[in-house]
Amino acid sequence: MIEVRGLVKTFGAKRAVDGVSFVVRRGDILGFLGPNGAGKSTTMKMITGFLRPTAGTALVDGIDVEADPVAVKRRLGYLPESSAGYPEMTVQEFLGFIAEIRGFRTPAARRAQVDRAVGLTHLGSVRTQTIETLSKGYKQRVGFAQALLHDPPALVLDEPTDGLDPNQKNEVRTLIRSMAVEKAVILSTHILEEVEAICNRVIIISRGRVVADETPAQLQARQPGARLDEIFRNLTQSDL
Amino acid sequence: MSSQVGPLFKREFLGYFRSPVGYVFLVAFPVISVALAFSRYGGFFQAGMASLDSLFTFYPWLFLFLVPAVGMRLWSEEKRSGTVELLFTLPVTTLDAVLGKFLAGWAFLTLAIALSFPMALTVAYLGSPDWGVMGATYLGAFLMAGGYLGVCSLASALTRNQVIAFVVGLAACAVLLFLGLSSFTDFLEGFLPVRAADLISNFSFITHFDAFRKGIIDPKDVVFFLSLMGFTLFLNAAALER
Repeated sequence: MIEVRGLVKTFGAKRAVDGVSFVVRRGDILGFLGPNGAGKSTTMKMITGFLRPTAGTALVDGIDVEADPVAVKRRLGYLPESSAGYPEMTVQEFLGFIAEIRGFRTPAARRAQVDRAVGLTHLGSVRTQTIETLSKGYKQRVGFAQALLHDPPALVLDEPTDGLDPNQKNEVRTLIRSMAVEKAVILSTHILEEVEAICNRVIIISRGRVVADETPAQLQARQPGARLDEIFRNLTQSDL
Repeated sequence: MSSQVGPLFKREFLGYFRSPVGYVFLVAFPVISVALAFSRYGGFFQAGMASLDSLFTFYPWLFLFLVPAVGMRLWSEEKRSGTVELLFTLPVTTLDAVLGKFLAGWAFLTLAIALSFPMALTVAYLGSPDWGVMGATYLGAFLMAGGYLGVCSLASALTRNQVIAFVVGLAACAVLLFLGLSSFTDFLEGFLPVRAADLISNFSFITHFDAFRKGIIDPKDVVFFLSLMGFTLFLNAAALER
């Protein structure tokens, strides 16, 4: 579903991503781990077509993001790390805009999609509030609603549980797990328990390179008895 | 034009009315321009003519401040708040986004210009104005607003800081304005051949707007404004490449 082939991105003299390759199939929830600055977000931004790779490419549903970025964007839902939506718009207006630009042009189709996304993310109580007035948890849900609105076959989520309280985290994980049956999901995180909780695959990157690509059980088996964060530390030591 | 421009245009245009800023402009611009026309500098009453020329004469100067203020937010705001990342992961091309935003700003400026129309009706009540000249001048003002906005949209795409976008936009527009000022062209003619001075003043807003104010719709003036817009929007899209 998502195929990443030798992605490289350099910013000036710094090589942020250095030849990352992997494949995510339908039904996979891939946990994308790495210290801050290891190149997680940059890789995700290249998959979504926001940044142009220096070398390599990514394919979504067989479509090359370099050749046809708009077609890839149509098939992806993306939760950005930085911002959920336009602060001065209400949740309803914002999701209506997303629905329109995602191709739901009749008012009825638009309403149906917005209602579905609002229902999935439990935003009903804040529909008419402007996004800037929402708490962090609700803002994150707006970002989720926006990413899910067109029911995409592939989801790219940049730190979906960042800044949420334990209940909200749990809720978001349940949501991701329920959707992943027929979708390919990539989520970045630096919470290791999250990987154990929902991911069926783990990729660890360090200094722009993949240092591990396996199941959580295999990762654990590297050092039986050790805690996951110890294994993580050993794998990413070159970053320190 | 791609069908994605429509929703982008709508969001951006309505965005002007989601904060008080839009309303402040729509009140301030007509009030200031009419006040200037009534003042002794405009000489609306002293002229004793059924014409809006004393109003339009200030437009190139007022646009110098109004348009950078309208255009500064177009891209800087998206870059600052990070929504640019959201925008460009939606199924739109850079050109769609540039056009949608530009057209929204242009429509907003057109609205601000159109709010001077009660003045035209007043003049028509008091005398019999030349509607042809007035129509040509409105067309000129519309095109000139687009020219200014193209420059300011480009300035906005270059920075994430709205204040810098405003100042850069204003400075660039000021250069394009002053090139056509008669005192400036006289100064140029002092040491340049007349043809060279003419060529330089040809890049000015004033030179091209003045023709419309006389009631002349010359294709070369229309083409000047349209090609200025095309050129700045092309650079705008290029500036947004990541």
